[in-house]
Amino acid sequence: MRLVVDLNRCQGFAQCVFLAPDVFALHGDEALLFSPRFDEAHRDRVEKAAAACPVQAILVDYSDEPTKGVEPHVG
Amino acid sequence: MSADTDVEALRRQGRIVVVGASLAGLRAAETLREKGFTGSLTMIGDEPYEPYDRPPLSKQALLGRARPEDTALPRRRDIDAEWRLGVAAEGLDRDARQVRLANGDTVPYDRLLITTGTRARPWFHPEEAALDGVFVLRTRDDCARLHRKLTGGVSRVLVIGAGFTGSEVASVCRELGLEVTVVERGPAPLVGALGGVIGAVADRLQRKKGVDLRCGISVTALEGDDVGRLRRAHLSDGSAVDVEVAIVSLGAMRNTEWLAGSGVAAGARGIACDAGCRAFDVNGIVTDDIYAAGDVARSPHPLFDYQFLALEHWGNAVEQAEIAAHNMICSSPERRPHLWLPMFWSSQFGVNIKSVGVPSLGDQLVVTQGTLAEDRFVAVYGYRGRVIAAAAFDGAKWMGFYEQQIAAGAPFPPEYGTVDRRTGTLQAVDPGFPDPHLPTHGPTVTLTGHSPSERRVEFVPSHA
Ligand SMILES: Cc1cc2nc3c(=O)[nH]c(=O)nc-3n(C[C@H](O)[C@H](O)[C@H](O)COP(=O)(O)OP(=O)(O)OC[C@H]3O[C@@H](n4cnc5c(N)ncnc54)[C@H](O)[C@@H]3O)c2cc1C
Ligand code: SF4
Repeated sequence: MRLVVDLNRCQGFAQCVFLAPDVFALHGDEALLFSPRFDEAHRDRVEKAAAACPVQAILVDYSDEPTKGVEPHVG
Repeated sequence: MSADTDVEALRRQGRIVVVGASLAGLRAAETLREKGFTGSLTMIGDEPYEPYDRPPLSKQALLGRARPEDTALPRRRDIDAEWRLGVAAEGLDRDARQVRLANGDTVPYDRLLITTGTRARPWFHPEEAALDGVFVLRTRDDCARLHRKLTGGVSRVLVIGAGFTGSEVASVCRELGLEVTVVERGPAPLVGALGGVIGAVADRLQRKKGVDLRCGISVTALEGDDVGRLRRAHLSDGSAVDVEVAIVSLGAMRNTEWLAGSGVAAGARGIACDAGCRAFDVNGIVTDDIYAAGDVARSPHPLFDYQFLALEHWGNAVEQAEIAAHNMICSSPERRPHLWLPMFWSSQFGVNIKSVGVPSLGDQLVVTQGTLAEDRFVAVYGYRGRVIAAAAFDGAKWMGFYEQQIAAGAPFPPEYGTVDRRTGTLQAVDPGFPDPHLPTHGPTVTLTGHSPSERRVEFVPSHA
Protein backbone atom coordinates (compact mmCIF):
# COMPACT_ATOMS: atom_id res chain seq x y z
CA MET A 1 0.00 0.00 0.00
CA ARG A 2 1.33 3.34 -1.01
CA LEU A 3 0.72 6.93 -0.28
CA VAL A 4 1.94 10.34 -1.23
CA VAL A 5 1.25 13.70 0.38
CA ASP A 6 0.88 16.80 -1.73
CA LEU A 7 3.16 18.93 0.39
CA ASN A 8 2.17 22.07 -1.48
CA ARG A 9 -1.25 21.67 0.03
CA CYS A 10 -0.19 20.36 3.43
CA GLN A 11 -0.24 23.08 6.06
CA GLY A 12 1.27 21.03 8.84
CA PHE A 13 -1.92 20.67 10.86
CA ALA A 14 -0.54 17.32 12.08
CA GLN A 15 -3.92 15.60 12.10
CA CYS A 16 -2.33 12.70 10.25
CA VAL A 17 0.58 12.55 12.68
CA PHE A 18 -1.87 12.31 15.55
CA LEU A 19 -3.91 9.55 13.90
CA ALA A 20 -1.16 7.45 12.30
CA PRO A 21 2.12 8.25 14.06
CA ASP A 22 3.93 5.27 12.54
CA VAL A 23 3.35 6.55 9.04
CA PHE A 24 3.46 10.33 9.42
CA ALA A 25 5.88 12.42 11.46
CA LEU A 26 6.63 16.08 11.85
CA HIS A 27 10.18 17.13 11.35
CA GLY A 28 10.66 20.31 13.28
CA ASP A 29 7.59 22.49 13.76
CA GLU A 30 5.75 21.86 10.54
CA ALA A 31 7.71 19.88 7.95
CA LEU A 32 5.95 16.57 7.32
CA LEU A 33 7.74 13.28 6.66
CA PHE A 34 5.74 10.22 5.64
CA SER A 35 6.41 6.58 4.80
CA PRO A 36 5.49 6.17 1.14
CA ARG A 37 4.78 2.49 1.76
CA PHE A 38 2.83 0.97 4.66
CA ASP A 39 1.37 -2.43 5.43
CA GLU A 40 -2.03 -3.85 6.30
CA ALA A 41 -1.49 -3.28 10.03
CA HIS A 42 -1.65 0.49 9.46
CA ARG A 43 -4.48 0.52 7.00
CA ASP A 44 -7.21 1.68 9.38
CA ARG A 45 -5.13 4.45 10.78
CA VAL A 46 -3.99 5.69 7.37
CA GLU A 47 -7.60 5.68 6.20
CA LYS A 48 -8.57 7.84 9.17
CA ALA A 49 -5.62 10.16 8.63
CA ALA A 50 -6.43 10.67 4.96
CA ALA A 51 -10.05 11.42 5.81
CA ALA A 52 -9.11 13.81 8.61
CA CYS A 53 -6.60 15.90 6.66
CA PRO A 54 -8.24 19.34 6.53
CA VAL A 55 -6.77 20.11 3.11
CA GLN A 56 -7.17 16.60 1.66
CA ALA A 57 -3.51 16.37 0.76
CA ILE A 58 -3.07 12.61 1.25
CA LEU A 59 -3.44 10.26 -1.73
CA VAL A 60 -3.60 6.58 -0.80
CA ASP A 61 -3.54 3.45 -2.94
CA TYR A 62 -4.59 0.41 -0.91
CA SER A 63 -3.62 -2.15 -3.48
CA ASP A 64 -0.29 -3.83 -3.01
CA GLU A 65 0.35 -5.29 -6.41
CA PRO A 66 2.83 -3.79 -8.78
CA THR A 67 1.13 -1.82 -11.51
CA LYS A 68 -0.49 -4.22 -13.93
CA GLY A 69 1.64 -4.92 -16.94
CA VAL A 70 4.78 -3.42 -15.49
CA GLU A 71 7.72 -5.63 -16.12
CA PRO A 72 11.09 -4.09 -15.62
CA HIS A 73 13.67 -4.48 -18.35
CA VAL A 74 11.07 -5.12 -21.04
CA GLY A 75 13.29 -3.41 -23.56
CA MET B 1 -14.49 13.84 -41.65
CA SER B 2 -15.04 16.80 -39.33
CA ALA B 3 -12.55 17.61 -36.62
CA ASP B 4 -15.05 16.48 -34.00
CA THR B 5 -15.47 12.98 -35.40
CA ASP B 6 -11.67 12.81 -35.46
CA VAL B 7 -11.59 13.53 -31.77
CA GLU B 8 -14.26 10.92 -31.14
CA ALA B 9 -12.31 8.29 -33.06
CA LEU B 10 -9.15 9.27 -31.23
CA ARG B 11 -10.81 8.89 -27.84
CA ARG B 12 -12.19 5.50 -28.77
CA GLN B 13 -9.34 3.87 -30.64
CA GLY B 14 -6.43 6.27 -30.94
CA ARG B 15 -2.87 5.45 -30.00
CA ILE B 16 -1.31 7.60 -27.31
CA VAL B 17 2.34 7.27 -26.44
CA VAL B 18 3.91 8.79 -23.33
CA VAL B 19 7.70 9.12 -23.27
CA GLY B 20 9.02 9.52 -19.71
CA ALA B 21 7.33 7.19 -17.23
CA SER B 22 7.51 9.26 -14.07
CA LEU B 23 5.27 11.64 -12.14
CA ALA B 24 3.95 13.68 -15.06
CA GLY B 25 3.64 10.65 -17.34
CA LEU B 26 1.67 8.63 -14.81
CA ARG B 27 -0.69 11.44 -13.86
CA ALA B 28 -1.36 12.17 -17.53
CA ALA B 29 -2.10 8.51 -18.24
CA GLU B 30 -4.54 8.34 -15.34
CA THR B 31 -6.26 11.49 -16.51
CA LEU B 32 -6.60 10.15 -20.05
CA ARG B 33 -8.42 7.07 -18.78
CA GLU B 34 -10.51 9.13 -16.36
CA LYS B 35 -11.68 11.26 -19.27
CA GLY B 36 -12.77 8.26 -21.24
CA PHE B 37 -9.84 7.50 -23.48
CA THR B 38 -10.21 3.83 -24.44
CA GLY B 39 -7.54 3.54 -27.12
CA SER B 40 -4.07 2.10 -26.68
CA LEU B 41 -1.66 3.69 -24.25
CA THR B 42 2.09 3.04 -24.22
CA MET B 43 4.38 4.22 -21.44
CA ILE B 44 8.05 4.43 -22.37
CA GLY B 45 10.65 4.96 -19.66
CA ASP B 46 14.40 4.50 -19.58
CA GLU B 47 14.46 3.65 -15.89
CA PRO B 48 13.60 0.02 -15.07
CA TYR B 49 11.04 1.09 -12.46
CA GLU B 50 7.44 2.06 -12.44
CA PRO B 51 6.84 5.76 -11.66
CA TYR B 52 8.16 6.80 -8.26
CA ASP B 53 8.25 9.91 -6.17
CA ARG B 54 11.47 11.93 -6.16
CA PRO B 55 11.15 14.50 -3.34
CA PRO B 56 11.68 11.85 -0.60
CA LEU B 57 15.01 10.92 -2.22
CA SER B 58 16.73 13.94 -0.69
CA LYS B 59 14.69 13.79 2.51
CA GLN B 60 13.22 10.75 4.30
CA ALA B 61 14.70 8.13 1.95
CA LEU B 62 18.22 9.55 2.19
CA LEU B 63 17.80 9.77 5.93
CA GLY B 64 16.85 6.09 6.08
CA ARG B 65 13.30 6.68 7.30
CA ALA B 66 11.90 5.15 4.09
CA ARG B 67 13.50 2.84 1.57
CA PRO B 68 14.17 4.30 -1.88
CA GLU B 69 12.51 1.25 -3.47
CA ASP B 70 9.34 2.01 -1.54
CA THR B 71 8.69 5.35 -3.22
CA ALA B 72 6.59 3.98 -6.10
CA LEU B 73 3.73 6.43 -6.57
CA PRO B 74 0.23 5.49 -5.50
CA ARG B 75 -2.05 5.09 -8.48
CA ARG B 76 -5.33 6.88 -8.78
CA ARG B 77 -6.72 4.20 -11.05
CA ASP B 78 -5.72 1.39 -13.34
CA ILE B 79 -4.39 2.83 -16.58
CA ASP B 80 -4.28 -0.35 -18.65
CA ALA B 81 -1.10 0.59 -20.47
CA GLU B 82 1.63 -1.23 -22.26
CA TRP B 83 4.81 -0.47 -20.32
CA ARG B 84 8.14 -0.31 -22.10
CA LEU B 85 10.54 0.22 -19.22
CA GLY B 86 14.30 0.17 -19.14
CA VAL B 87 14.52 1.42 -22.71
CA ALA B 88 15.11 5.01 -23.81
CA ALA B 89 13.37 6.80 -26.64
CA GLU B 90 16.11 7.77 -29.04
CA GLY B 91 14.40 9.58 -31.84
CA LEU B 92 11.18 11.03 -33.13
CA ASP B 93 9.93 10.86 -36.69
CA ARG B 94 7.14 13.39 -37.03
CA ASP B 95 6.27 12.49 -40.61
CA ALA B 96 5.82 8.81 -39.85
CA ARG B 97 4.44 9.67 -36.41
CA GLN B 98 6.60 7.25 -34.56
CA VAL B 99 9.03 7.14 -31.66
CA ARG B 100 12.25 5.21 -32.12
CA LEU B 101 13.58 3.27 -29.16
CA ALA B 102 17.19 2.49 -28.22
CA ASN B 103 16.64 -1.18 -29.01
CA GLY B 104 15.57 -0.38 -32.56
CA ASP B 105 11.83 -0.78 -32.05
CA THR B 106 9.49 1.89 -33.31
CA VAL B 107 6.27 2.86 -31.58
CA PRO B 108 3.58 4.60 -33.66
CA TYR B 109 1.35 7.28 -32.17
CA ASP B 110 -1.59 9.51 -32.98
CA ARG B 111 -0.80 11.73 -30.00
CA LEU B 112 2.54 11.93 -28.24
CA LEU B 113 3.15 13.26 -24.73
CA ILE B 114 6.72 14.10 -23.79
CA THR B 115 7.51 14.01 -20.06
CA THR B 116 11.20 13.18 -20.12
CA GLY B 117 11.98 15.59 -17.26
CA THR B 118 15.50 16.53 -16.27
CA ARG B 119 18.62 14.81 -15.06
CA ALA B 120 21.26 15.93 -12.60
CA ARG B 121 23.99 18.13 -14.02
CA PRO B 122 27.17 16.05 -13.71
CA TRP B 123 30.52 17.28 -12.41
CA PHE B 124 32.14 19.18 -15.29
CA HIS B 125 35.32 17.11 -15.39
CA PRO B 126 34.42 13.56 -16.59
CA GLU B 127 37.44 11.79 -15.08
CA GLU B 128 36.89 13.43 -11.71
CA ALA B 129 33.18 12.72 -11.95
CA ALA B 130 33.98 9.02 -12.35
CA LEU B 131 35.89 8.84 -9.04
CA ASP B 132 34.48 6.47 -6.46
CA GLY B 133 32.71 8.70 -3.95
CA VAL B 134 31.36 11.32 -6.37
CA PHE B 135 27.57 11.32 -6.51
CA VAL B 136 24.61 13.11 -8.01
CA LEU B 137 21.07 12.70 -6.69
CA ARG B 138 18.16 12.35 -9.07
CA THR B 139 17.05 8.73 -9.21
CA ARG B 140 16.05 5.96 -6.86
CA ASP B 141 19.34 4.21 -7.57
CA ASP B 142 21.33 7.39 -6.85
CA CYS B 143 19.57 7.65 -3.50
CA ALA B 144 20.14 4.01 -2.56
CA ARG B 145 23.84 4.24 -3.41
CA LEU B 146 24.34 7.50 -1.60
CA HIS B 147 22.48 6.37 1.49
CA ARG B 148 24.64 3.25 1.65
CA LYS B 149 27.75 5.35 1.37
CA LEU B 150 26.69 7.91 3.98
CA THR B 151 25.86 5.22 6.50
CA GLY B 152 28.92 3.12 5.69
CA GLY B 153 31.39 4.86 7.95
CA VAL B 154 32.44 8.03 6.13
CA SER B 155 33.51 10.98 8.18
CA ARG B 156 33.48 14.09 6.01
CA VAL B 157 31.17 14.88 3.17
CA LEU B 158 31.33 17.64 0.58
CA VAL B 159 28.22 19.10 -0.99
CA ILE B 160 28.87 21.12 -4.12
CA GLY B 161 26.13 23.71 -4.58
CA ALA B 162 23.66 25.02 -1.99
CA GLY B 163 20.44 25.10 -3.96
CA PHE B 164 17.46 23.18 -2.63
CA THR B 165 18.79 19.69 -3.28
CA GLY B 166 22.28 20.46 -1.98
CA SER B 167 20.89 22.09 1.15
CA GLU B 168 18.55 19.16 1.79
CA VAL B 169 21.42 16.71 1.40
CA ALA B 170 23.57 18.76 3.79
CA SER B 171 20.73 18.73 6.29
CA VAL B 172 20.43 14.93 6.08
CA CYS B 173 24.19 14.57 6.53
CA ARG B 174 24.09 16.61 9.73
CA GLU B 175 21.22 14.51 10.99
CA LEU B 176 23.23 11.38 10.30
CA GLY B 177 25.96 12.91 12.42
CA LEU B 178 28.37 13.52 9.54
CA GLU B 179 30.74 16.43 9.16
CA VAL B 180 29.70 18.31 6.06
CA THR B 181 31.29 21.06 4.03
CA VAL B 182 29.05 22.93 1.61
CA VAL B 183 30.69 24.95 -1.13
CA GLU B 184 28.49 27.48 -2.92
CA ARG B 185 29.58 29.84 -5.64
CA GLY B 186 26.85 32.38 -4.84
CA PRO B 187 26.85 34.63 -1.76
CA ALA B 188 24.46 32.38 0.23
CA PRO B 189 22.45 29.17 0.04
CA LEU B 190 19.17 29.26 -1.95
CA VAL B 191 20.13 32.65 -3.33
CA GLY B 192 19.15 31.86 -6.91
CA ALA B 193 15.66 30.81 -5.92
CA LEU B 194 14.84 33.16 -3.04
CA GLY B 195 17.41 35.98 -3.18
CA GLY B 196 20.13 37.18 -0.84
CA VAL B 197 17.89 38.45 1.97
CA ILE B 198 16.29 35.03 2.53
CA GLY B 199 19.58 33.38 1.57
CA ALA B 200 21.16 35.04 4.61
CA VAL B 201 18.61 33.29 6.83
CA ALA B 202 19.42 29.93 5.20
CA ASP B 203 23.10 30.72 5.69
CA ARG B 204 22.64 31.31 9.41
CA LEU B 205 20.49 28.19 9.74
CA GLN B 206 23.12 25.96 8.14
CA ARG B 207 25.93 27.29 10.30
CA LYS B 208 23.81 26.98 13.43
CA LYS B 209 23.31 23.30 12.59
CA GLY B 210 27.03 22.77 12.25
CA VAL B 211 27.53 22.92 8.49
CA ASP B 212 30.94 24.13 7.36
CA LEU B 213 29.48 26.51 4.79
CA ARG B 214 31.74 28.28 2.34
CA CYS B 215 30.05 30.78 0.07
CA GLY B 216 31.43 32.91 -2.70
CA ILE B 217 33.89 30.23 -3.73
CA SER B 218 33.77 27.17 -5.93
CA VAL B 219 35.28 23.72 -6.15
CA THR B 220 37.98 23.74 -8.79
CA ALA B 221 39.09 20.10 -8.80
CA LEU B 222 38.38 16.73 -7.22
CA GLU B 223 41.39 14.60 -6.48
CA GLY B 224 41.45 10.81 -6.19
CA ASP B 225 43.99 8.29 -4.95
CA ASP B 226 45.70 5.73 -7.18
CA VAL B 227 42.78 3.30 -7.01
CA GLY B 228 40.30 5.94 -8.09
CA ARG B 229 38.73 6.86 -4.76
CA LEU B 230 37.89 10.47 -3.97
CA ARG B 231 40.32 11.92 -1.44
CA ARG B 232 40.37 15.69 -1.63
CA ALA B 233 38.61 18.69 -3.10
CA HIS B 234 40.41 21.85 -4.16
CA LEU B 235 38.66 25.18 -3.78
CA SER B 236 38.99 28.47 -5.61
CA ASP B 237 40.31 30.25 -2.52
CA GLY B 238 43.38 28.04 -2.63
CA SER B 239 42.30 25.78 0.22
CA ALA B 240 41.55 22.05 0.09
CA VAL B 241 39.24 19.74 2.04
CA ASP B 242 39.85 16.05 2.65
CA VAL B 243 36.64 14.21 1.76
CA GLU B 244 35.54 10.71 0.84
CA VAL B 245 32.16 11.70 -0.57
CA ALA B 246 31.12 14.61 -2.79
CA ILE B 247 27.55 15.21 -3.82
CA VAL B 248 27.34 17.31 -6.95
CA SER B 249 24.21 19.46 -6.63
CA LEU B 250 24.57 21.85 -9.49
CA GLY B 251 21.05 21.77 -10.80
CA ALA B 252 19.42 19.89 -13.61
CA MET B 253 19.60 19.51 -17.38
CA ARG B 254 16.53 18.92 -19.50
CA ASN B 255 16.25 15.60 -21.30
CA THR B 256 15.66 16.87 -24.81
CA GLU B 257 18.67 15.54 -26.75
CA TRP B 258 16.66 12.63 -28.12
CA LEU B 259 14.49 15.13 -29.99
CA ALA B 260 17.40 16.57 -31.97
CA GLY B 261 16.53 16.76 -35.64
CA SER B 262 12.87 15.95 -35.03
CA GLY B 263 11.67 19.47 -35.79
CA VAL B 264 10.23 19.96 -32.31
CA ALA B 265 11.29 23.19 -30.57
CA ALA B 266 13.37 21.43 -27.95
CA GLY B 267 16.65 22.63 -26.52
CA ALA B 268 18.63 23.05 -23.35
CA ARG B 269 15.89 25.19 -21.83
CA GLY B 270 13.22 22.60 -22.45
CA ILE B 271 10.44 22.04 -24.94
CA ALA B 272 8.62 25.22 -25.88
CA CYS B 273 4.89 24.75 -25.88
CA ASP B 274 1.74 26.86 -25.77
CA ALA B 275 -0.33 27.28 -22.62
CA GLY B 276 -2.32 24.24 -23.75
CA CYS B 277 0.84 22.06 -23.57
CA ARG B 278 1.08 21.64 -27.35
CA ALA B 279 4.71 21.64 -28.40
CA PHE B 280 5.96 24.19 -30.93
CA ASP B 281 7.94 23.11 -33.93
CA VAL B 282 11.24 24.83 -34.69
CA ASN B 283 9.42 27.49 -36.72
CA GLY B 284 7.28 28.45 -33.73
CA ILE B 285 4.19 26.81 -35.21
CA VAL B 286 2.16 24.82 -32.76
CA THR B 287 1.95 21.08 -33.43
CA ASP B 288 -1.39 19.49 -32.83
CA ASP B 289 -0.27 15.99 -31.96
CA ILE B 290 2.77 16.50 -29.71
CA TYR B 291 2.40 17.63 -26.12
CA ALA B 292 4.84 18.23 -23.28
CA ALA B 293 4.44 18.42 -19.52
CA GLY B 294 6.48 18.50 -16.32
CA ASP B 295 10.10 19.47 -15.81
CA VAL B 296 10.90 19.25 -19.51
CA ALA B 297 8.27 21.76 -20.66
CA ARG B 298 8.26 25.54 -20.77
CA SER B 299 5.25 27.64 -21.61
CA PRO B 300 4.09 31.26 -21.57
CA HIS B 301 2.27 32.64 -18.53
CA PRO B 302 0.18 35.83 -18.62
CA LEU B 303 0.86 36.67 -14.96
CA PHE B 304 4.55 36.93 -15.75
CA ASP B 305 4.40 39.07 -18.88
CA TYR B 306 3.93 36.02 -21.10
CA GLN B 307 7.47 34.97 -20.45
CA PHE B 308 8.07 31.26 -20.81
CA LEU B 309 8.05 29.57 -17.44
CA ALA B 310 10.13 26.46 -16.89
CA LEU B 311 9.45 24.78 -13.58
CA GLU B 312 11.10 21.93 -11.73
CA HIS B 313 8.29 21.51 -9.30
CA TRP B 314 6.34 18.45 -8.26
CA GLY B 315 3.01 20.28 -8.25
CA ASN B 316 3.59 21.65 -11.72
CA ALA B 317 4.29 18.18 -13.11
CA VAL B 318 0.94 16.96 -11.76
CA GLU B 319 -1.13 19.92 -12.94
CA GLN B 320 0.46 20.28 -16.33
CA ALA B 321 0.10 16.55 -16.98
CA GLU B 322 -3.61 16.77 -16.26
CA ILE B 323 -4.07 19.71 -18.61
CA ALA B 324 -2.01 18.05 -21.35
CA ALA B 325 -4.02 14.85 -21.06
CA HIS B 326 -7.30 16.73 -21.22
CA ASN B 327 -6.26 18.76 -24.25
CA MET B 328 -4.88 15.75 -26.13
CA ILE B 329 -8.30 14.20 -26.48
CA CYS B 330 -10.42 17.36 -26.87
CA SER B 331 -11.64 19.48 -29.72
CA SER B 332 -10.10 22.94 -29.71
CA PRO B 333 -12.92 24.93 -28.01
CA GLU B 334 -12.74 22.59 -25.02
CA ARG B 335 -9.02 22.94 -24.49
CA ARG B 336 -7.83 24.50 -21.27
CA PRO B 337 -4.70 26.52 -20.51
CA HIS B 338 -2.09 25.55 -17.95
CA LEU B 339 -1.94 28.73 -15.91
CA TRP B 340 -0.83 27.24 -12.65
CA LEU B 341 0.86 29.43 -10.09
CA PRO B 342 4.29 28.02 -9.37
CA MET B 343 4.41 26.44 -5.94
CA PHE B 344 7.22 24.63 -4.23
CA TRP B 345 8.23 23.18 -0.88
CA SER B 346 11.46 22.03 0.66
CA SER B 347 12.36 20.84 4.12
CA GLN B 348 15.80 21.20 5.56
CA PHE B 349 17.35 21.61 8.99
CA GLY B 350 13.93 21.03 10.52
CA VAL B 351 12.39 24.00 8.69
CA ASN B 352 9.50 23.81 6.25
CA ILE B 353 10.25 26.13 3.33
CA LYS B 354 7.55 27.05 0.87
CA SER B 355 7.29 29.40 -2.02
CA VAL B 356 4.51 30.46 -4.33
CA GLY B 357 4.76 32.63 -7.45
CA VAL B 358 8.03 33.65 -9.07
CA PRO B 359 10.33 35.09 -6.38
CA SER B 360 13.20 35.64 -8.80
CA LEU B 361 11.11 38.19 -10.69
CA GLY B 362 10.79 40.26 -7.51
CA ASP B 363 12.37 43.69 -7.35
CA GLN B 364 11.31 44.36 -3.75
CA LEU B 365 10.66 42.34 -0.63
CA VAL B 366 8.86 42.87 2.68
CA VAL B 367 8.52 40.57 5.66
CA THR B 368 4.81 40.45 6.48
CA GLN B 369 4.74 37.87 9.25
CA GLY B 370 7.28 36.95 11.88
CA THR B 371 10.84 38.18 11.57
CA LEU B 372 13.89 37.00 9.69
CA ALA B 373 15.79 36.80 12.97
CA GLU B 374 13.49 34.07 14.29
CA ASP B 375 13.82 31.82 11.22
CA ARG B 376 10.04 31.85 11.11
CA PHE B 377 8.47 34.30 8.70
CA VAL B 378 6.65 35.02 5.50
CA ALA B 379 8.32 37.29 2.96
CA VAL B 380 6.42 38.82 0.08
CA TYR B 381 8.05 39.76 -3.21
CA GLY B 382 6.90 42.69 -5.31
CA TYR B 383 7.33 43.31 -9.00
CA ARG B 384 6.50 46.71 -10.46
CA GLY B 385 4.05 47.48 -7.70
CA ARG B 386 2.23 44.17 -7.46
CA VAL B 387 2.62 41.05 -5.37
CA ILE B 388 4.47 38.46 -7.44
CA ALA B 389 5.59 35.80 -4.94
CA ALA B 390 5.81 34.80 -1.32
CA ALA B 391 8.21 32.56 0.56
CA ALA B 392 7.78 31.16 4.04
CA PHE B 393 9.97 29.48 6.62
CA ASP B 394 7.57 27.51 8.83
CA GLY B 395 4.65 29.60 7.61
CA ALA B 396 2.79 27.13 5.39
CA LYS B 397 -0.63 28.25 6.57
CA TRP B 398 -0.19 31.58 4.83
CA MET B 399 0.58 30.26 1.39
CA GLY B 400 -3.05 29.97 0.27
CA PHE B 401 -3.64 33.61 1.10
CA TYR B 402 -0.64 34.80 -0.89
CA GLU B 403 -1.55 32.56 -3.77
CA GLN B 404 -4.77 34.57 -4.06
CA GLN B 405 -2.93 37.87 -3.71
CA ILE B 406 -0.58 36.95 -6.56
CA ALA B 407 -3.39 35.71 -8.78
CA ALA B 408 -5.31 38.93 -8.16
CA GLY B 409 -2.27 41.12 -8.88
CA ALA B 410 -2.65 42.72 -5.42
CA PRO B 411 -0.70 45.95 -4.92
CA PHE B 412 2.80 45.89 -3.49
CA PRO B 413 3.77 46.81 -0.85
CA PRO B 414 0.71 45.20 0.71
CA GLU B 415 -1.88 47.64 1.98
CA TYR B 416 -2.47 45.85 5.26
CA GLY B 417 -0.04 46.24 8.17
CA THR B 418 1.95 43.18 9.06
CA VAL B 419 -0.58 40.47 9.74
CA ASP B 420 0.81 39.63 13.14
CA ARG B 421 1.20 43.35 13.97
CA ARG B 422 4.82 43.04 14.99
CA THR B 423 5.99 46.11 13.18
CA GLY B 424 4.15 49.27 12.32
CA THR B 425 5.42 49.90 8.83
CA LEU B 426 6.49 47.52 6.14
CA GLN B 427 9.96 48.28 4.98
CA ALA B 428 10.54 47.15 1.44
CA VAL B 429 14.08 46.07 0.61
CA ASP B 430 15.90 44.75 -2.43
CA PRO B 431 15.50 40.94 -2.34
CA GLY B 432 19.10 40.55 -3.52
CA PHE B 433 18.97 38.28 -6.53
CA PRO B 434 22.24 37.60 -8.28
CA ASP B 435 22.63 38.36 -11.96
CA PRO B 436 19.95 36.22 -13.63
CA HIS B 437 22.39 35.17 -16.30
CA LEU B 438 24.48 33.25 -13.80
CA PRO B 439 23.32 29.67 -13.58
CA THR B 440 21.38 28.73 -10.46
CA HIS B 441 20.61 25.31 -9.13
CA GLY B 442 18.02 23.37 -7.25
CA PRO B 443 14.42 22.89 -8.29
CA THR B 444 13.19 26.37 -8.90
CA VAL B 445 11.45 28.67 -11.29
CA THR B 446 13.08 30.03 -14.39
CA LEU B 447 11.80 32.58 -16.81
CA THR B 448 13.17 31.35 -20.07
CA GLY B 449 11.96 34.02 -22.41
CA HIS B 450 14.19 36.99 -23.00
CA SER B 451 13.57 40.63 -23.43
CA PRO B 452 12.82 41.57 -27.05
CA SER B 453 15.28 44.44 -26.70
CA GLU B 454 18.14 41.99 -26.35
CA ARG B 455 19.55 40.69 -29.56
CA ARG B 456 20.99 37.26 -28.94
CA VAL B 457 20.92 35.34 -32.17
CA GLU B 458 21.06 36.09 -35.79
CA PHE B 459 17.94 34.82 -37.42
CA VAL B 460 18.21 33.38 -40.90
CA PRO B 461 14.86 32.14 -42.15
CA SER B 462 14.95 29.48 -44.81
CA HIS B 463 12.63 29.75 -47.80
CA ALA B 464 10.77 26.91 -49.34
C1 LIG C 1 16.06 14.72 -5.06
C2 LIG C 1 14.88 15.54 -5.52
C3 LIG C 1 14.12 16.25 -4.59
C4 LIG C 1 13.02 17.00 -5.00
N1 LIG C 1 12.30 17.69 -4.07
C5 LIG C 1 11.24 18.43 -4.45
C6 LIG C 1 10.49 19.16 -3.51
O1 LIG C 1 10.77 19.14 -2.31
N2 LIG C 1 9.43 19.89 -3.94
C7 LIG C 1 9.09 19.95 -5.26
O2 LIG C 1 8.11 20.65 -5.62
N3 LIG C 1 9.78 19.27 -6.20
C8 LIG C 1 10.86 18.53 -5.81
N4 LIG C 1 11.58 17.83 -6.77
C9 LIG C 1 11.22 17.97 -8.19
C10 LIG C 1 10.19 16.95 -8.66
O3 LIG C 1 10.56 15.68 -8.25
C11 LIG C 1 10.07 17.04 -10.17
O4 LIG C 1 9.54 18.29 -10.47
C12 LIG C 1 9.21 15.95 -10.78
O5 LIG C 1 9.78 14.70 -10.57
C13 LIG C 1 9.02 16.18 -12.27
O6 LIG C 1 8.35 15.11 -12.85
P1 LIG C 1 8.48 14.77 -14.39
O7 LIG C 1 7.61 13.58 -14.60
O8 LIG C 1 8.25 15.98 -15.19
O9 LIG C 1 10.01 14.43 -14.64
P2 LIG C 1 10.96 13.32 -14.00
O10 LIG C 1 10.48 12.93 -12.65
O11 LIG C 1 12.35 13.84 -14.16
O12 LIG C 1 10.77 12.06 -14.94
C14 LIG C 1 11.23 11.95 -16.25
C15 LIG C 1 11.41 10.49 -16.57
O13 LIG C 1 11.70 10.34 -17.96
C16 LIG C 1 12.77 9.45 -18.12
N5 LIG C 1 13.44 9.72 -19.41
C17 LIG C 1 14.28 10.74 -19.71
N6 LIG C 1 14.67 10.67 -21.00
C18 LIG C 1 14.06 9.58 -21.54
C19 LIG C 1 14.04 9.00 -22.82
N7 LIG C 1 14.74 9.52 -23.85
N8 LIG C 1 13.30 7.87 -23.01
C20 LIG C 1 12.58 7.34 -22.00
N9 LIG C 1 12.55 7.87 -20.76
C21 LIG C 1 13.27 8.98 -20.53
C22 LIG C 1 13.64 9.72 -16.92
O14 LIG C 1 14.53 8.67 -16.65
C23 LIG C 1 12.57 9.87 -15.83
O15 LIG C 1 12.19 8.64 -15.29
C24 LIG C 1 12.69 17.06 -6.38
C25 LIG C 1 13.45 16.34 -7.31
C26 LIG C 1 14.54 15.59 -6.90
C27 LIG C 1 15.35 14.84 -7.91
S1 SF4 D 1 -3.26 16.28 8.18
FE1 SF4 D 1 -2.95 17.02 6.10
S2 SF4 D 1 -2.32 19.15 6.35
FE2 SF4 D 1 -2.09 18.16 8.33
S3 SF4 D 1 0.05 17.51 8.41
FE3 SF4 D 1 -1.16 15.78 7.66
S4 SF4 D 1 -1.10 16.00 5.44
FE4 SF4 D 1 -0.48 17.94 6.29
